[in-house]
Amino acid sequence: MSARQRRVLPGFGSALGFTLTYLSLLILLPLATIFVRSAGMGWSAFWSAVTGPRVMASYGLSFGASGIAAAINTMFGVLVAWVLVRYSFPGKRVIDAMVDLPFALPTAVAGIALTSLYSTHGWIGSRLEPLGIKVAFTRLGVTVALTFIGLPFVVRTVQPVLQDLEREVEEAAASLGASRWQTFRRVILPTFLPAAFTGFVLAFARAIGEYGSIVFISGNMPMRTEITPLLIMSKLEQFDYPGATAIAVVMLLVSFTLLLFINLLQAMSRRRFA
Amino acid sequence: MRSLLFLGSLAVVPWAQGVAQGTITLLNVSYDPTRELYQEVNTAFTASWKTKTGQDVVIKQSHGGSGKQARSVIDGLEADVVTLALAYDIDEISAKGRLLPPAWQTRLPDNSAPYTSTVVLLVRKGNPKRIKDWDDLARPGVSIITPNPKTSGGARWNYLAAWGYALRKFGGDQAKAKQFVASVYKNVPVLDAGARGATTTFVERGIGDVLLAWENEALLAIKELGPNRFEVVMASVSILAEPSVALVDKVAKKHGTTAVAQAYLEYLYTDAGQEIVAKHHYRPRNAAVAARSTAQFPKLVMFTVDEAFGGWKKAQPEHFADGGTFDQIYQPGR
Repeated sequence: MSARQRRVLPGFGSALGFTLTYLSLLILLPLATIFVRSAGMGWSAFWSAVTGPRVMASYGLSFGASGIAAAINTMFGVLVAWVLVRYSFPGKRVIDAMVDLPFALPTAVAGIALTSLYSTHGWIGSRLEPLGIKVAFTRLGVTVALTFIGLPFVVRTVQPVLQDLEREVEEAAASLGASRWQTFRRVILPTFLPAAFTGFVLAFARAIGEYGSIVFISGNMPMRTEITPLLIMSKLEQFDYPGATAIAVVMLLVSFTLLLFINLLQAMSRRRFA
Repeated sequence: MRSLLFLGSLAVVPWAQGVAQGTITLLNVSYDPTRELYQEVNTAFTASWKTKTGQDVVIKQSHGGSGKQARSVIDGLEADVVTLALAYDIDEISAKGRLLPPAWQTRLPDNSAPYTSTVVLLVRKGNPKRIKDWDDLARPGVSIITPNPKTSGGARWNYLAAWGYALRKFGGDQAKAKQFVASVYKNVPVLDAGARGATTTFVERGIGDVLLAWENEALLAIKELGPNRFEVVMASVSILAEPSVALVDKVAKKHGTTAVAQAYLEYLYTDAGQEIVAKHHYRPRNAAVAARSTAQFPKLVMFTVDEAFGGWKKAQPEHFADGGTFDQIYQPGR
């Protein structure tokens, strides 16, 4: 928005000022506290706190499982959004409402429910067991739980975009001689791709910070199924505030870098297809 | 943390109003399974204080994981008294929060622990894996449920109970004790974050052959779920769990509640207090009361953390800090 343009809404200055103050109070201040708290420790103490073997193993699980879960959600979230937009069937409104449930459900409840289902005596777990697949108390279980909590993000970001995409555009493409693949690739995909990226980022960011549901399903085995937030809790339990905030700083920095990178990708995809 | 501070300040507001009306309010910050115990203690103490002094006391309770509760108090939750699961948590309130003197544990009788418990083995009805003692837990093929000692205070007692048993068995050989505990933990398929989670895993999800639990929690589980599903196995030797209580001097002084808070803690040691304690499956200190409840509490050899490990101040860093023995048994080659 260039300054020369006539603005629709007056009071740009005060609105910007308000926004910045609001964001600072709400986001920057708490985040700064984390940095200040961890700054009290020396560099070597910081380094050994954030590179312990258990901590390193947990980064792999936290970021890996979050990435996989967000990728699964992107694929199937787009599919769900497509079905909800394009087809009408009995019970559609109910299913549409159900998509939001993972938002509303306390995560501990989700964790307990998923663990009951997937443990070796559970309804699904007991059927998977003979096949040699164990879900609860494994890394797979962590991914399942993260997929559960991340689903709404992709569906809800892609859905409005697909709603705006009119059927006539596809028909026009077809009548101009495009194959079905070409229509998908050149007409539909570019429309929803940026939204799908946004959904991926939201689901990913949400998964990295998730604690409540995961501690139930992961089993918290050192070196294998401990997520990074659990290690922050275990540092706090030792009254090691600096150590806990040091890990938090690393999580913040890595998340920020990843999110920045994904946002760049998203901007590139927008430019390329626009 | 911020929201806790906020909640803490909210808790203070009714206190301030209470003073104006001549009612005293105490905040007892406790750990998870003591909710029902203190509800009954509070009613009894309120009545006894009223007849003694004519004053009305209202006692508010706060419950949660012991370590989390200690952190809340350090961060500003205005507790007049704390009644937590391990002395170490109160040590930290003294060290980090400077709210009470370091020698707090000597101020009340029996190490400031008016009631005790021990770690027992809860098994499924009929004891299908024939678990009799700690040795059976190190056997291959036995599945044990206990929470993660890094995040659960209760789980640290379980860990030290196994370690202390091994120390006795191997004549004080720490290396062999570590090996024994490692083979026990090899049989642990899930380390829940807290004691309640571990109980759920064992009871509701049917995972594991043995649950390491505090005696009071095991007895409560049997009482609530019926005796036909689980039984308690007493090991030959176990740890004497001493949940500690303390006056938080600085807060009580600020609130002007030192006298009543002190009386509240001392009430736990009276006959009436000890009866309530036994009713809620904690072992009473009072010999006369204990004699009346021997059916509930079979005799066994118990060692204290002080005897076997030189106190929590030594045991905590040695076993549960980063790089401690618990980390070592999970990180081969370090």
